[in-house]
Amino acid sequence: MSTLLRLATAGSVDDGKSTLVGRLLHDCKAILADQIAHVQHVSSSRGSGDFDFALLTDGLRAEREQGITIDVAYRYFATDKRSFILADCPGHVQYTRNTVTGASTADVVIILVDARHGVLEQTRRHLAVAGLLRVPHVVLAVNKIDLVGYDEAVFKGIGKDVSQLADQLGIADVQAIPVSALVGDNVVERSAATSWYDGPTLLEYLENATGRDDISARPLRFPVQYVIRPQTDDEYRDYRGYTGTVASGTVSVGDDVIVLPAGRRTSVAGIDRAVISATGTAVAERPSAVAGEAVTVRLADNLDVARGSVIVAADSSPGTRRELSATVCWLSDRPLAVGARLLIKHTTTTAQAIVTKINGALDLDTLGVIDATGLGLNDIGKVQLKIAAPLAADPYSSNNITGSFLLIDAHDGWTLAAGMIDDEEGELL
Amino acid sequence: MSTVTNSSPTSIVTELDALESESIFVFREVAAEFERPVILFSGGKDSIVMLHLARKAFAPATVPFTLLHVDTGHNFQEVLDYRDATVAALGLRLEVAKVEDYLADGRLRERSDGTRNPLQTVPLLDAINGHRFDAVFGGGRRDEERARAKERIFSLRDEFGQWDPRNQRPELWSLYNGKHKPGEHVRVFPLSNWTELDVWNYIEREEIALPSIYYAHERDVFERDGMLLAVGPYSQPREGETVTSRTVRYRTVGDMSCTGAVASTASSAAEVVVEVAASELTERGATRADDRVSEAAMEDRKREGYF
Repeated sequence: MSTLLRLATAGSVDDGKSTLVGRLLHDCKAILADQIAHVQHVSSSRGSGDFDFALLTDGLRAEREQGITIDVAYRYFATDKRSFILADCPGHVQYTRNTVTGASTADVVIILVDARHGVLEQTRRHLAVAGLLRVPHVVLAVNKIDLVGYDEAVFKGIGKDVSQLADQLGIADVQAIPVSALVGDNVVERSAATSWYDGPTLLEYLENATGRDDISARPLRFPVQYVIRPQTDDEYRDYRGYTGTVASGTVSVGDDVIVLPAGRRTSVAGIDRAVISATGTAVAERPSAVAGEAVTVRLADNLDVARGSVIVAADSSPGTRRELSATVCWLSDRPLAVGARLLIKHTTTTAQAIVTKINGALDLDTLGVIDATGLGLNDIGKVQLKIAAPLAADPYSSNNITGSFLLIDAHDGWTLAAGMIDDEEGELL
Repeated sequence: MSTVTNSSPTSIVTELDALESESIFVFREVAAEFERPVILFSGGKDSIVMLHLARKAFAPATVPFTLLHVDTGHNFQEVLDYRDATVAALGLRLEVAKVEDYLADGRLRERSDGTRNPLQTVPLLDAINGHRFDAVFGGGRRDEERARAKERIFSLRDEFGQWDPRNQRPELWSLYNGKHKPGEHVRVFPLSNWTELDVWNYIEREEIALPSIYYAHERDVFERDGMLLAVGPYSQPREGETVTSRTVRYRTVGDMSCTGAVASTASSAAEVVVEVAASELTERGATRADDRVSEAAMEDRKREGYF
């Protein structure tokens, strides 16, 4: 059975991202005849005879008018080896929040650099985002290699700059590939013009990349989404099941578990999945379920369990905390100041939060932390939060579901920031 | 609760299982965080798969949502029959918003091209306001169309039902932000990451029943704009268009007057899977005249509040 790889693209304006994505889809035969006819029609009606690959993905009016990508476009393609979900993210600094969005679920981020320009501020920003979000693999696509005469020294120089930055940011895996999206060099087909390069083509790399670390091997975390109580007059009269998706680990019938935030100990009485037939809806028991599976868990004891509860392995409970230190990507043009009252959304809990401290912001030139009294759009900063409800939280480095959160404007509901919980121990309750 | 499956768990769930779990997660988030959700249910394959996933999300309880059909009046009878039989069998509540009511009293007028798909927007928004629905599930998929490729899974609509594609909320990890002000609502797309082929693979795996027009059948059709249109009450051949009896099936189901059939002998989900995998046209490109109007026809409709 094929596995799914999620990838995101990033790069500065005019690095040729949309062209690369269009080329990848086209050369993987993921573009169908009516889509090609459409692009040919639009390309020629604009007086450019060339096939504009970017028009395959830049679908909004404003994108076509300005020739830039504004929002993430999701694309789907498959080869004989596996299926891909591709988030084509914008390059313009104003839309960095959309790159953060695309990278949050990615197994691979492809960062484009124009071979003529080398590393730019957006390259540093996108590398920092990939590092912070702990995307497992980064591909450095050195694009427009044809425009520098396929010069190996240019490719090597940019590769060296980026691996230095990657070291500073703690990114373990960076693969540099010389490409020309326009011509097609080393995207799907190996280029004869880069005989000095013996690494994989972009597609070869993507077909063989591994996904996120196997989160099934981590301790169990099961955030409860919704409680099912049919209260019907049949065999399910007394049924009480807790629905959710296993965030990490494996849950098996008979497991000893703790329900947070209450901290009550119990065991797993049953794990159910739905069985739909022409005659009706029932459930079938399963011996266990692994990370990523949506199931319904029944517990041995009748405890107070509701949305916001997290069922965790009894021998590896994260406990709960009302204070967090975290790194946030600020996604709004409304600035953050100390004392701000916001909502925090963490797994299935939404609670009030106060920003008690801003511990600094990332300086993109040095990649060091500098003093900051506030955070503005696209800033990456360190903050401390006090929260009105206890959260069953892990560091982001060990769990990207129980370690991540959103900050939300309580008044209009806008998503202000993406947060990742730091490794230092917060105040445990 | 009686059967226990013996298959041992694998460390990685399959692609179709991953998509199914992601969709079920979305349904449960909405049930927990909204007051009055509704599923747009037309009897088309995507809405049928949505309802199947919703049943899975809440089993053994019933689906805690109302269904809403925005009816163009240009229907395939097989699809209406399927819709009514499904609603009756599951004991669900169905609301129907009829374009024809709006045509009858002059709130809407027929378009010169005869298609009623764009006319669905006003009855849809009126139904959402009238019933105070705060979450509206749509079967839209990102692989369908360029504007849909830019959609969030939770997509905020303002008081006028409008979509502002340049100002969408960032959507990170699986943290879906459903906050909205009174009068606003959220469109929710649980099938966002499914492709047409995924949908058909799932229909085959789950043995989901569909209206018969999705499979090969004999029909009197005529060719227009490269599409095969059915001869029926809402679409008649013009001069020079000849009617022939062909073996066809429908890849999408919409307003009968502008939804084309494709020549096909696929008579089961398994055969459709093979056909879709080999297709050289997208399903909308092959079958929807209304998307051919301009290069941003779908974006323009979506901005106004269309599904």
